[in-house]
Amino acid sequence: MEIEKPYVSSELDKTEGAEIEALIAASKEPYPDPVSWLDEEIQRNVLLASTEHIIGWAKRFSVWPVAMGLACCAFEMIGAAASRFDFSRFGMEVFRASPRQADLMLVAGTLTWKMAPALKRIYDQMAEPKWVLAMGACTISGGCFRGSYSVVPGLNLIVPVDVYVPGCPPRPEGLIYGFMELHRKVAKDKLIKK
Amino acid sequence: MTKQLSGPEVAQQIGEQFPDAITGSDETAVFVRSEALLGVARFIKESLNLDYLNSITAVDYIDHFELVYHLTSLENNHGIILKTKCHDRENPIVPSVVSLWQGADFQEREIYDLMGISFEGHPNMKRIFLWDGFQGHPLRKDFHLDVPGGGKSSL
Repeated sequence: MEIEKPYVSSELDKTEGAEIEALIAASKEPYPDPVSWLDEEIQRNVLLASTEHIIGWAKRFSVWPVAMGLACCAFEMIGAAASRFDFSRFGMEVFRASPRQADLMLVAGTLTWKMAPALKRIYDQMAEPKWVLAMGACTISGGCFRGSYSVVPGLNLIVPVDVYVPGCPPRPEGLIYGFMELHRKVAKDKLIKK
Repeated sequence: MTKQLSGPEVAQQIGEQFPDAITGSDETAVFVRSEALLGVARFIKESLNLDYLNSITAVDYIDHFELVYHLTSLENNHGIILKTKCHDRENPIVPSVVSLWQGADFQEREIYDLMGISFEGHPNMKRIFLWDGFQGHPLRKDFHLDVPGGGKSSL
């Protein structure tokens, strides 16, 4: 009896290639940065004001990142998580391997077109509310690989980005400053969205 | 330090067995005709005990491609470089050495992916880094940089 193979690898390659080509074709314009929180003072719902404040405070100190270390920036990210800089102080030490349990996608490193569909899928699998932090020059704009054939020239072509932390790579202090900016944003996030 | 065998001496050894295969030699390398590559590689693997393939590299000299095989004997602590040229730019084909050194598998796929040289007899000759449907071979000198995703090249 002939055993039917669950998949044919050349078919998988074709599917993957088509997916990447489709993503390249669809990624012409960057996603606008989510900035609605900036005018929250005007639009704040009076009824929920104090509840929102407390929930926002709770949310900002329990942001769990999904592990998305793509290149060398990941080492600075790990450094920031380890005992010297220790970002568990902000309640965000639990790097999750599952996107379902994470609130923040911490993209650290060069994003290639081959990785981009996987990154987008993981982002789509994360539950709302979710945030994205782009760490390092390559992630933000492609960096010194911007002219390359295989590198995505900017993470915001693939997913909307909340905080950009520039540097090559940024030091843990820089990353922690980025976290603090993100916390400000998380705290001001509205419970009821328009 | 690994002793580098002298190219002319190894070329002479090969020449006794394969009179037409050698196209030249220098201090550390032996140049062979690409059609005879597999036979020569098998011969020197056995006669010089070259059990380890350090790397395969392809170089684009515009009028021809050159493949460079770094070979080492871990037991005898000596090594030799084998080079071969491929003049066909449209459809370059070179015999695969996966049957001799397993480590050649991914390296030959990498060369196929980035330089566009096919390896005859390779068990799984397809792209390794870039995706199916990518146009061209980016490490060739005549590859044009057009950035996917709509951005303009900054180069």
